[in-house]
Amino acid sequence: MASSTNALKVETAPQLIGSSGDSLREAFGKALSGLADQYKDVVVLDADIAGGTGVHHFRKSHPDRFFQFGIAEQNMMSVAGGMAATGLTPFVTTFAVFCLRAVEQARLSIAYSNRNVKIVASHPGLDVGPDGGSAQCLEDIAAFRAIPGMTVISPADPFEMQLATEAVIKHSGPVYMRTGRSPAERILPDTHQFEIGKATMLRDGRDVTIVACGVEVARACDAANTLEQDGISARVLNMATVKPIDRAALQTAALETGCFVTCEDHNIYGGLGSAVAEALAQSAPCPIEFIGVQDRFGESGEPDELADYYGLTGPYIAAAAKRAIARRNQQ
Amino acid sequence: MDILATLYGWEISLTKSDTDNDARDRFVLSKGHACPALYATWAALGLISLQSIPTLRKLGSPLQGHPHVVDMPFAETSTGSLGQGFSAAIGMALGARHQGLGSRVYALLGDGELQEGQVWEAAMSASHHGLSNLCAIVDYNKLQSDDRNANIMALEPLAVRWRAFGWNAIEIDGHDFDAIKNALDAARNTDGLPTVIIAHTIKGKGVSYMEDSAPWHGSVKLSNDDISRALQDLSLDNATAQDWIDGIVN
Repeated sequence: MASSTNALKVETAPQLIGSSGDSLREAFGKALSGLADQYKDVVVLDADIAGGTGVHHFRKSHPDRFFQFGIAEQNMMSVAGGMAATGLTPFVTTFAVFCLRAVEQARLSIAYSNRNVKIVASHPGLDVGPDGGSAQCLEDIAAFRAIPGMTVISPADPFEMQLATEAVIKHSGPVYMRTGRSPAERILPDTHQFEIGKATMLRDGRDVTIVACGVEVARACDAANTLEQDGISARVLNMATVKPIDRAALQTAALETGCFVTCEDHNIYGGLGSAVAEALAQSAPCPIEFIGVQDRFGESGEPDELADYYGLTGPYIAAAAKRAIARRNQQ
Repeated sequence: MDILATLYGWEISLTKSDTDNDARDRFVLSKGHACPALYATWAALGLISLQSIPTLRKLGSPLQGHPHVVDMPFAETSTGSLGQGFSAAIGMALGARHQGLGSRVYALLGDGELQEGQVWEAAMSASHHGLSNLCAIVDYNKLQSDDRNANIMALEPLAVRWRAFGWNAIEIDGHDFDAIKNALDAARNTDGLPTVIIAHTIKGKGVSYMEDSAPWHGSVKLSNDDISRALQDLSLDNATAQDWIDGIVN
């Protein structure tokens, strides 16, 4: 990604470590395979796309714990609930858009039944690229966030994906976690710690807070670097857990910066931006600008092209930050 | 009701403490809307109190309008959206086999439920995985919410369809206790593939004004006269009926 590559070149960026060349889905698949001997209750369910979701690593390392369900996601989702009832920790893996197809199964057979199932979705957002609008899932965070008891996570880089995978195994209860299709830059340091429900401040700032998740975190860092050159001090929060959202970090940021930009590879309705707005409206109302897909469907193209075309890159985030600051200053 | 009585009376042995036993046999009412029959069966077995029955569908009751496993562990999974309980039962059978628990899993499906595409995804997966510890039972009363199956969405040839999906299919009279027991025996003794028992039933069997009548599909509102007539039809003597009513009311 051009934006995050630029970010890597700036020395003031938050401990940027260079690219692993790994996608989030590959990072997830490798992590799960590596953790499997330690967590023997973990099993994997696949719907004929193990090669795409990263769990081909697990299939190879632990074939006796890998279960194939064919191209039938609704059944797979409910089966996972039943397997969890016998004490296993099932990971249901497919593309985000096909998780959307089985939302009602996730609701009844998993969340309402309070089953310890982990739904891990690759290929979210415009990051899907050439497959086009039908495959670019821009609604999954909204749908899964609306299910009671469902934890929703969208890690930022391959390292955080690795940490989040173990945290998700240890967590008791249903989880929906986004991975990603395209190569993702490593942006977090070896000292990074991931805790479900906790935001991490990648960069402190006093003028505006940029809250991002998933692939947008690297772009938010890019924007912060640009803003710094314009004399604007931007705080960057990596909100890897969209639900439950870190209300304390948001409230502190509201008091200390007074305005926000939210960034997500998702529709602006129902996702991270909505979650931030809901939290702030109840505690510390202040101006928010929403970077995301503006209630449209995607289309074919390379991920970087699409991010630019739909206004998700660093320059758009930086411009939104300036709008947020101007609105705050008018108050 | 006859299927539930046979399953819980002969095939599955459960006590209250079995909710913590992962190796227990499990029953899933995939046609969750029939839960009043399930709750009555549990009450008869002492798994829940008879006194709790009148709280059915009331605020705060564990007897939800459709079975809810968080409130009632013996529900095994929450149901009420057709097709999902069957898939969850497959997950239980697969999980039990994977862990060598030795348990068997039973799922009761409605006939109208078979119109859900998920049922056939599930059927395909159960035979693919060779789940001989799974037994599905279809309550084939030929009626669904609005009308007869045949008028809404035809199901025949039903046994042929199940066999084509890789299942051992047995057709029985669902009100013949010996036939139900024999079919459950046959299912238990079948290796390598799951069994479906297609139980031909009459909705409301034994209650003259309910038999084969669609309007009673989703209604549990009974007048005192309705109750008296039903008890007469079921040949319950007045003293026994009064004992039951007293037990429920008190």
